[in-house]
Amino acid sequence: MATVSTIPTSTQDPEEHFNAAVIAVEELRKSFDGRVVLNGVSLTVRRGETLAVLGRSGTGKSVLLRLIIGLEIPDSGSICVQGSNIAGLSIDRMSEIRKKMGFLFQHAALYDSLTVGENVAFPLEHHRPDLSRSERDDRVRKLLAEVGLEDASGKMPSDISGGMQKRAGLARALALEPEILLLDEPTAGLDPISSGEIDELVLKLQRERQMASIVVTHDLHSAKTIANRLAILNEGNVVIEGRFEDLERSDIEFVKQFLKQS
Amino acid sequence: MANNLVGFFDWFGSLGIFFWKVLRAAVSPPYEWRELIRQLDEVGSQSLPLVALAGAAVGAVLSMEVRSSMVRFGATAMLPSAVIYSVIQEMGPTITGLVVSGRVGAGIGAELASMKVTEQIDAIEASAINPYRLLAATRILACILMLPLLTVAADACGVLMGWVAQTLTQPISLHQFIDTGFRGSTLKDFLPPTFKTCVFGLIIGLIACFQGMRTRGGAEGVGRAATSSVVIASLFVILADVVLVKFILVVFQ
Repeated sequence: MATVSTIPTSTQDPEEHFNAAVIAVEELRKSFDGRVVLNGVSLTVRRGETLAVLGRSGTGKSVLLRLIIGLEIPDSGSICVQGSNIAGLSIDRMSEIRKKMGFLFQHAALYDSLTVGENVAFPLEHHRPDLSRSERDDRVRKLLAEVGLEDASGKMPSDISGGMQKRAGLARALALEPEILLLDEPTAGLDPISSGEIDELVLKLQRERQMASIVVTHDLHSAKTIANRLAILNEGNVVIEGRFEDLERSDIEFVKQFLKQS
Repeated sequence: MANNLVGFFDWFGSLGIFFWKVLRAAVSPPYEWRELIRQLDEVGSQSLPLVALAGAAVGAVLSMEVRSSMVRFGATAMLPSAVIYSVIQEMGPTITGLVVSGRVGAGIGAELASMKVTEQIDAIEASAINPYRLLAATRILACILMLPLLTVAADACGVLMGWVAQTLTQPISLHQFIDTGFRGSTLKDFLPPTFKTCVFGLIIGLIACFQGMRTRGGAEGVGRAATSSVVIASLFVILADVVLVKFILVVFQ
């Protein structure tokens, strides 16, 4: 197992630090068809904090997010979300936890038979039956305005650009006002201007909503902009975790090489 | 050979687990009424023209074929009964099952497979919505409910076209054709064959949803799911028909 270098970012005592963790991942292991993808990953994210997870392709960054939201089952280790270990939770209990999470998929994963507005309304229709039609429509309008898509409500996902799809996906992820936001490659495949817009949007949401976020990305510039802390994954392990300046000071060869190539 | 055998049992095991998950999701609230109604329309109304046309064609062909045999044995008076019994007891249900298996099975398989490979099913799950309830249970239930109704439509068109084919050769009124054809029959002769198509609906919906939701690998995977849905569902409809015919004969005759 690779050496993990964790650089403390606060002066909290360890117990207080753990209690404050909204997401706490301990010794997480996951393999597919005998290929080990995650080999003992441990991470914590606190309220109002954004953690960027970086690493080479295929190092299990997206798998980590899928494990946290329960789309994959870990081989071993624990994932605590707001104090509840999600391993072995019933479907109903897991659903309650998922309602507190927003997930932006790498390719947005908008429902292609629904319009952009209907996509954003989808979680509200299922989980907020108390809202009237006009209240729901109003909330969808506000969410779309928040991501700069107020004119795209009636458009089909196939009729809008990749950047707009990501923003629509983000609006859908925010529909239930989650306390945790998981973003899988939010700027992948976008031009620098669109990437910058997404970064600005994530920063704005962080300021306004104080969510705990994990952002999986290849984009070091984006990670620097939006994250309080960064973690680099390699060969299934976190090789370093800390602020960007701490990473820059690291003498771990892989980290130096990663920062240089990025 | 050993791998194929393991794959065969693995497929059945996974199908059983899938069915259990769908069943558990289907009986617990919240119920997806809106999606169910959408699927009833998709499976029922959208399949109606094709099923009616297939039923009509079978009725006409059956009438012409049976007529030549009946003439040989001097039993043309039996023709209405032969056509009506054949259509309602066997041809209508089977043709409906196979036509729906082709149209709806391929549609469901391809739609769910496409949703799977583009992570839309994961997105539903991530939104705390049970995809087995929203996607699978509604489609399977729609198939179970609509198959008997579509069968009645196929039967009606088959009997009507059987009469048209008969009357073109030897004129007979529709009233007389139906009166002669149904003489001496009871509901026991017609209800079990019609309602056996609920089982066909279960097979078509279950296999198409299963094949669609377990797809892997891009456009090729979507194509494979659509094809396998139709092939496997059609095969199982035919096999189930053999078992159900025997069951109906033992229980109801």
